[in-house]
Amino acid sequence: MTDSRPVLTMTGISKSFPGVRALHDVNFRLFPGEVHALMGENGAGKSTLIKVLTGVYDTDEGAITLDGAPVSFSGPMQATAAGVSTVYQEVNLCTNLSVAENIFIGREPRLLGAVRWGEVRRRARALLARLDLDLDVSAPLGSYSLAIQQMVAIARAIDIQARVLILDEPTSSLDAGEVAQLFRIMRQLRDEGIAILFVTHFLDQVYEIADRITVLRNGGLVGEYPTIELPQLSLVEKMIGKELDVLEGIEEHSRRDLAAVEEGTPLVAVSNLGRAGAVEPFSLTIHAGEVVGLAGLLGSGRTEVARLLFGADRADGGQVAVNGEPSGLRTPAQAIDRGIGFCSENRRAEGIVADLSVRENLILAMQAARGWLRPIPRRRQDELVEKYIKALSIRPADPEVPVRNLSGGNQQKVLLARWLITEPRLLILDEPTRGIDIGAKTEIQKLVTQLSDGGMAVLFISAELEEVLRLSHKVAVMRDRQMVAQLANDDSLDADRVMQTIASGTHREEADR
Amino acid sequence: MNDTVGRYRAMTAHRLFWPAAVLVVMLAANTVYRPGFLSVELKDGHLYGTPIDILRLSAPLILVALGMTVVISTGGIDLSVGSMCAISGAIACMYISQQPDQNSLPVVLTALAMALGVALVLGAWNGVLVAVIGIQPIIATLILMVAGRGLAQLITEGQIITINSEPYRAIGLGHVLTLPLAILIALAAALLVGAFTRRTALGMIIESVGGNAEASRLAGIRSGRVIFLAYVLSAVCAAVAGFMMTANVSSADGNAAGLWVELDAILAVVIGGTSLAGGRFFLSGTILGALIIQTLTTTVYAMNISPQTSLLFKAVVVIAVCLIQAPAFRARFARRRSSAPPPSAVTDSPKEQVPA
Amino acid sequence: MTTGSLTAGRTRLRLPRRQIPVLATLALLLVMYGIGVSQYQAFSNVQVIFNVFIDNGFLLVVAVGMTFVILTGGIDLSVGSVVAMTAMVSASLLQQGLPAALVLVIALLIGPTLGLLMGCAIHFFDIQPFIVTLAGMFFARGMCTFISGSSIPITDGFWTRMSQERIGDPRGNFVSISVLIAFAVVVVAAYTLAYTRLGRNVHAIGGNPQSALLMGLPVGRTRIAVYTISGLCSAIGGILLSFYTLSGAPLIGVGMELDVIAAVVIGGTVLTGGSGYVFGTVLGVLVLGVIQTLITFDGSLNSWWTKIVIGGLLFAFILLQRLIGIRYK
Repeated sequence: MTDSRPVLTMTGISKSFPGVRALHDVNFRLFPGEVHALMGENGAGKSTLIKVLTGVYDTDEGAITLDGAPVSFSGPMQATAAGVSTVYQEVNLCTNLSVAENIFIGREPRLLGAVRWGEVRRRARALLARLDLDLDVSAPLGSYSLAIQQMVAIARAIDIQARVLILDEPTSSLDAGEVAQLFRIMRQLRDEGIAILFVTHFLDQVYEIADRITVLRNGGLVGEYPTIELPQLSLVEKMIGKELDVLEGIEEHSRRDLAAVEEGTPLVAVSNLGRAGAVEPFSLTIHAGEVVGLAGLLGSGRTEVARLLFGADRADGGQVAVNGEPSGLRTPAQAIDRGIGFCSENRRAEGIVADLSVRENLILAMQAARGWLRPIPRRRQDELVEKYIKALSIRPADPEVPVRNLSGGNQQKVLLARWLITEPRLLILDEPTRGIDIGAKTEIQKLVTQLSDGGMAVLFISAELEEVLRLSHKVAVMRDRQMVAQLANDDSLDADRVMQTIASGTHREEADR
Repeated sequence: MNDTVGRYRAMTAHRLFWPAAVLVVMLAANTVYRPGFLSVELKDGHLYGTPIDILRLSAPLILVALGMTVVISTGGIDLSVGSMCAISGAIACMYISQQPDQNSLPVVLTALAMALGVALVLGAWNGVLVAVIGIQPIIATLILMVAGRGLAQLITEGQIITINSEPYRAIGLGHVLTLPLAILIALAAALLVGAFTRRTALGMIIESVGGNAEASRLAGIRSGRVIFLAYVLSAVCAAVAGFMMTANVSSADGNAAGLWVELDAILAVVIGGTSLAGGRFFLSGTILGALIIQTLTTTVYAMNISPQTSLLFKAVVVIAVCLIQAPAFRARFARRRSSAPPPSAVTDSPKEQVPA
Repeated sequence: MTTGSLTAGRTRLRLPRRQIPVLATLALLLVMYGIGVSQYQAFSNVQVIFNVFIDNGFLLVVAVGMTFVILTGGIDLSVGSVVAMTAMVSASLLQQGLPAALVLVIALLIGPTLGLLMGCAIHFFDIQPFIVTLAGMFFARGMCTFISGSSIPITDGFWTRMSQERIGDPRGNFVSISVLIAFAVVVVAAYTLAYTRLGRNVHAIGGNPQSALLMGLPVGRTRIAVYTISGLCSAIGGILLSFYTLSGAPLIGVGMELDVIAAVVIGGTVLTGGSGYVFGTVLGVLVLGVIQTLITFDGSLNSWWTKIVIGGLLFAFILLQRLIGIRYK
């Protein structure tokens, strides 16, 4: 297929923001009838490139051609009109409108200015039938699941006679079945000659569907490769830019004897905790000093387990015992009282308070636990803040700077420090290393090891199996909102076996633990 | 120490500079127009003069705006403060008017206690609607804004209740240590609210809740209590302001007392640099904002323009302050916007340039 | 079914729920009317209903404009003042002897112009609608007193004819021309919201403004348009009010924005936007009108009960909207 003319080229694209060079001399080609994966770590420039392409940003330098003719879009609307449609990670449709209207709004068939609703519904049905979807087109979009909403977004995109379809992390909130459904649609569209630009963090998905891969790193182009000529390992190396053994500095402490930590009364014993629509009832014990890894695909219920344990969501049933005492963990405040801390995966929305300073963000949880009537004396605050800024090397080291001005990695460290100050007995970390640079990632992994050596229990959630395996004493595996297995992290456990468990969902003998 | 000064300077440059500048310009313009504007004289042991009048008359607004600042900081808004002023004034005046000795201090104190009690209840009502039931603040307080006027009129039975009580009158017009009592009350309230929020951790927790409610919840903050408290505080501030308003004229009018004060208060808060979206709050800025509004009103009076017409000037000030504070407006003048798409009104035309 | 589990993925019931508030308002209206008829003989007179329309025609028009604004998730506090300003300008110009037609055109242009300016400030400078329309409210009210400190009577022939013309049946039941104008506005508005792109964009923006922008909808233009429409409706309302009172008074319509917002909410429009009907707003205005009529008929109740009852109804309907799960942000 690469012998045909590219439908889209981007040449020598550069884009800077004040203080940041987001893209530097990047080239990109997209051919009709291919799925082209755009890969890179967070901050590599993927989203900037897409925004430049769709006209959200102007380019500083470089040229874009569509069908050989130079173009410069003034915004997504104009790009869409020219046949370059984008479907975003968060479904950008209006849930209060009907399915049919979401597909056609802005382009409704009209007669003398009046929207022809019958025609809208008929065409929506036809279009969805083409994607093999059977929906009630006059129902509000909000009554359907996120996956369906995503498909509706694609339906909307392809109806505009799109020749270039940009899918920006479309799979992050879908389960395996839904991903398969999405891929079926993507293949169908590819076979119809549409060029698909696919952004994802899931390597497996790239190898399943992409024909070619373009890798970005730190705003620069690393290269463009046919998928079959690029083994997974070299892809990861190209994305990260260093050899993987940077992380080898972390001792393999997980290989220590699990029995040593699993003695006496468990710190937290969960039995049959569950919540309808979020996660099936599960049981789990966590001992002091133990790191429990939670593995599973995104959307498998990992975050939901953490939120139930922390009282962020109310459980439908089941018990939690902390130090052998039954505890109703119905609100985060109660969980914190019992010595549990929780770093959410959603740093921006559920973690930092952007307006407040680093100092205030650091002491927030501790202050909340003391109640507003007992402020932490300023001198004590300064001591704590200084200590943790130093310990976690938070940059900039100014406690009064608003936390919004910090990079993602440093914000993550602020959140970690917020919990460490409360000296929790169990710390729940949901994707603490996502979207931060490799240096900060290593530091956080080392910290987890130190904490567990110091007797703190950690529930460690990560999409990266290697990371989970490196840090955990035991690994609980999630699949389709069920905890399907708990595997002791001994010499026999490796990523393959965890993957198999995720894939097959079968219980192993370790599951009874 | 040095650090504190530096921080204070940075804050002034950001938040208080423009409001202060506006106030100074207004005072200067007044002085040019009327050279005696700034003169203050001592008569019978009391200070008199336009600046003192401005301070005295701005006291109720300062009070209301203090409570409003805290509510707005939680990410809410309290539209019911005007009605609250009317209700508290009506209750106090109604009770006093029914007593044989209107000048007795115990009577006045009882009246104030009763009115404050009702204000606590009504503030708690707002607080429950917002913090417990979870109704959007603008709607939740709209209920009491509408119904509260009716309640105030119900209390006064639609009449204007006139009283003749020296102790009550003193709340609005009395003097202590040569200064009007009203401004001292407002000052005390400001210090009290300041201490209440900044000497405890309440201020930070409120700012945290207003800045990011979900993150605050996950940090273990029981935000419901804090938000509830904010609405109660706002109601109490409004009630005291209501006493002053009615004491100024020695009568309670359920219809007119505190009319539009909620809008002035919100305006004062915004001028003071607190964002309507919640988060950081600035009590000193709010006081400055209230002074600006009162100076404006006094200026218009002094220029012999109908008081209602001062609304025209207020409109200009609102827009000017908002524009100065709007990031989008600043950005326009700083440099051309690069990230946002141009106004959509023009996006249709260049379609043809794209090869189809 | 080829899609199997995917089509089963609907999470919530389909929402005829959205119509529940409107139905509740309708039921309330019928109950109140029933009470009126059972308590007072004269209430059953058809003219009572007509009078509700005659007395509240201007309110209805203004509420229709407000419905557009609230559907986008905005709010317009300036309506009461713009109504008063329009009436003042008309009265003042007529007093100066300008021809009625010219006065009409000028009066009808002022409101939309102010609305347009407010919409631009909201959109281009990203200032909260609450504050911008508050400034608009101050401005318009200030203009009223700037024009005249006291009320100006209208003696113009066209105005008096519009005021006194009775369109009715032989039995003596009649409506005023204002009512017909109000109905025309309602019909045009309902059509616009349901069948034009502008109307659908209004719903989309109220549902999710970021999505609307990314779907390529003209968010800015629509937002500016709704404030202009609200300004136009306020201007029409002002003209109708001047027909009704045959004067322009600087302090008329103070607090009207509250009545209007209450009517829209009671009519089932969600204040955060995205869901609501013009028909509901009509019902909301009728509810307010019937309450006033009931209280007038009672005689022993005073006018302030109207406010208390409206406040109570607001509370009830907001609670209802929450109970049936229409989400407030």
